[in-house]
Amino acid sequence: MSVTLYVPADTTARALGADRVADALRQAAAERGLDLTLIRNGSRGLFWLEPLVEVATPKGRVAYGPVTPEAVPALVEAGLFDGGQDHDLALGLTEDIPYLKNQQRLTFSRIGVTDPLSLDDYTGLRGFEGLKKALSLDGQGIIDEVKASGLRGRGGAAFPTAIKWQTVHDEPPGQKYIVCNADEGDSGTFADRLVMECDPYMLIEGMTIAGLAVGAPQGYIYLRSEYPLAQKIFNEALRRAYAAGYLGEDILGSGRHFDLEVRLGAGAYICGEETSLLDSLEGKRGMVRAKPPLPAIQGLFGRPTVVNNVLSLAAVPFILDQGGQAYADYGLGRSRGTLAIQLAGNVKRGGLVELAFGTTLRALMEDFGGGTRSGRPLKAVQVGGPLGAYLPESQWDSPIDYEAFAAFGGVVGHGGVVMFDDSVDMGEQARFAMEFCTVESCGKCTPCRIGSVRGVEVIDRIRAGENRDANLELLSELCDTMVDGSLCAMGGMTPFPVQSVLKHFPDDLTRSRGGAPC
Amino acid sequence: MYKHNNQSGQALSTALSPAQQAIQDEVDALKHTPGAMLPILHAIQDRFGYIPDEAVPIIAETLRHTRAEVHGIISFYHHFRTRPAGRHVVQICRAEACQAVGGRQLEQHAKNALGVDYHGTTLDRQFTLEAVYCLGNCACGPSIRVGDEIHGRVDPARFDALMDDLSATVVEVK
Ligand SMILES: Cc1cc2nc3c(=O)[nH]c(=O)nc-3n(C[C@H](O)[C@H](O)[C@H](O)COP(=O)(O)O)c2cc1C
Ligand code: SF4
Ligand code: FES
Ligand code: FES
Repeated sequence: MSVTLYVPADTTARALGADRVADALRQAAAERGLDLTLIRNGSRGLFWLEPLVEVATPKGRVAYGPVTPEAVPALVEAGLFDGGQDHDLALGLTEDIPYLKNQQRLTFSRIGVTDPLSLDDYTGLRGFEGLKKALSLDGQGIIDEVKASGLRGRGGAAFPTAIKWQTVHDEPPGQKYIVCNADEGDSGTFADRLVMECDPYMLIEGMTIAGLAVGAPQGYIYLRSEYPLAQKIFNEALRRAYAAGYLGEDILGSGRHFDLEVRLGAGAYICGEETSLLDSLEGKRGMVRAKPPLPAIQGLFGRPTVVNNVLSLAAVPFILDQGGQAYADYGLGRSRGTLAIQLAGNVKRGGLVELAFGTTLRALMEDFGGGTRSGRPLKAVQVGGPLGAYLPESQWDSPIDYEAFAAFGGVVGHGGVVMFDDSVDMGEQARFAMEFCTVESCGKCTPCRIGSVRGVEVIDRIRAGENRDANLELLSELCDTMVDGSLCAMGGMTPFPVQSVLKHFPDDLTRSRGGAPC
Repeated sequence: MYKHNNQSGQALSTALSPAQQAIQDEVDALKHTPGAMLPILHAIQDRFGYIPDEAVPIIAETLRHTRAEVHGIISFYHHFRTRPAGRHVVQICRAEACQAVGGRQLEQHAKNALGVDYHGTTLDRQFTLEAVYCLGNCACGPSIRVGDEIHGRVDPARFDALMDDLSATVVEVK
């Protein structure tokens, strides 16, 4: 009898023991003399179910999870190799799991379905169709399609992607670059990592299309050093894409040229900021540059450069293949298409949720997330990374959309949603926001470099009950100074989480600790 | 150090110790890459586990930087270390999503269990403790990284078990 199993091999599945589960399954199959094909697929992004084992059956793939090595014998006994469902960990058809079924996966349509490194799997699910379309168009034609999609940058600033490309396109011909920002520094985010580990050819395709659009023959991916597995998988994908003629001097026989290389960062959050990233790529300290000049005009090595987040570039193959309008059909207001939301922190069902813009945070955290992992009430949620505000319950009902969030001082950013239960001390979270800035500031401007150090001190004094009112006023002035006087969003937005605590959770900040008198 | 011709590298080779030669080889292999500095620093740290002091003048001369500039670049990036680490580098995620599920307690526990603070190495040189800000495993924290392996849902008991396993492997290897 022959059996086909899938055991994910992304970072999270492996961090939860997927390799040992794969070994246990191999052993069980060998003991039964089965002809086993075990595919290490990507993760579906349903992380609370990882390791999620799937078995191919005539009706489709059926799932089991979360599987431990210890559970394998009983699962096998219950008929796992035939797709038997008589076990607590049996989940039925994978595609019918509500968490997955209720998503709108455009960018993430292949993750977890395919073997990430298999070119056949990729092309079997419309991989490289967008590239072929792009090869039939001129640069302007490609940009027009992206313009029609309404795609805005997914790295944080939500700048229209087509306008950036147009600027680089309109610069005189010569050396130009495509730089992919894979620094993914925000806590609570992992979507870039999933793309690189689970569907790497999609990013290769998106960057190649960007190169064709603006006339750039060279691309770099700036990948954070915290992602060793993404580096390994992606470099292997690059090797195979070159060998198959999707990259290099003559892409698919078109005579067009695009080269791609991964460069590793070195543990600096600020290098996610695009100009700091460019300095780092050039081999310098990652200092933020004043803008203008825009990177689109003077970027890497002084040349016109597109800098885009992984998810912005990963959306492009779909847009070229299905047409910009097909992407724009999703979404709300000026936020078109889908957003990759990442449910993280104290969440029962954490993972990747790709949905059209417009759902509410509450629906996400409750319907998808299932509330907190601890089972305690939700208290606060930080959206958009370490520079995003902490949102209290009164703000959970507004639709997720760039403008709607901006209206109340929220940030959608890269789509990270970090949930906290009622045991969190928001005073400690405010302190951490300032502390993080002291660690990660590039040091170029005083409000950020010194202000954050003062911020930690002042918060410590407030929490110790020293001159509370005066220090609260000082903190609030300090926040204003940082917002107004910083060159980049590191210093300029670090106050957001602090101000949100001052506004919505003031008791946590002023509650005395350690039995000090009130 | 005397002046030598950067292009050939030969002139200096007789004066180099084996370690210096190894560094020079890493530098030479990458020196023509655009923006060679970070790739070179990574290559050296991957090979030696840290960036030895001797690397600084070699990198400076080959890439035509001052030594102070090279020092400045190395110290800017948290990833690069200039002292040897213990056998295992253990990174604890300090970022928010892990904080939400007990990251701070894990952090404290790790410091107590290993008896060192961040950047510290245990006396037996088995473990070096480092902070890290997110490992991309934020739905299943608290997260730690040991070498290139990432572990999820690490509570204090799981941390102790992992450290025990690592120490045990070391004994077997000897
Ligand atoms: C402190 C700071 C950190 C940032 N980190 C990232 C990051 O990790 N990844 C990212 O794509 N953009 C990050 N950005 C945003 C980039 O500067 C830039 O806007 C983005 O890469 C542009 O790509 P997009 O238009 O596709 O979003 C960061 C910005 C700041 C100020
Ligand atoms: S705000 Fe901070 S990180 Fe940004 S340029 Fe100024 S010092 Fe650097
Ligand atoms: S890395 Fe810039 S101040 Fe520490
Ligand atoms: S916050 Fe700890 S892994 Fe992301």
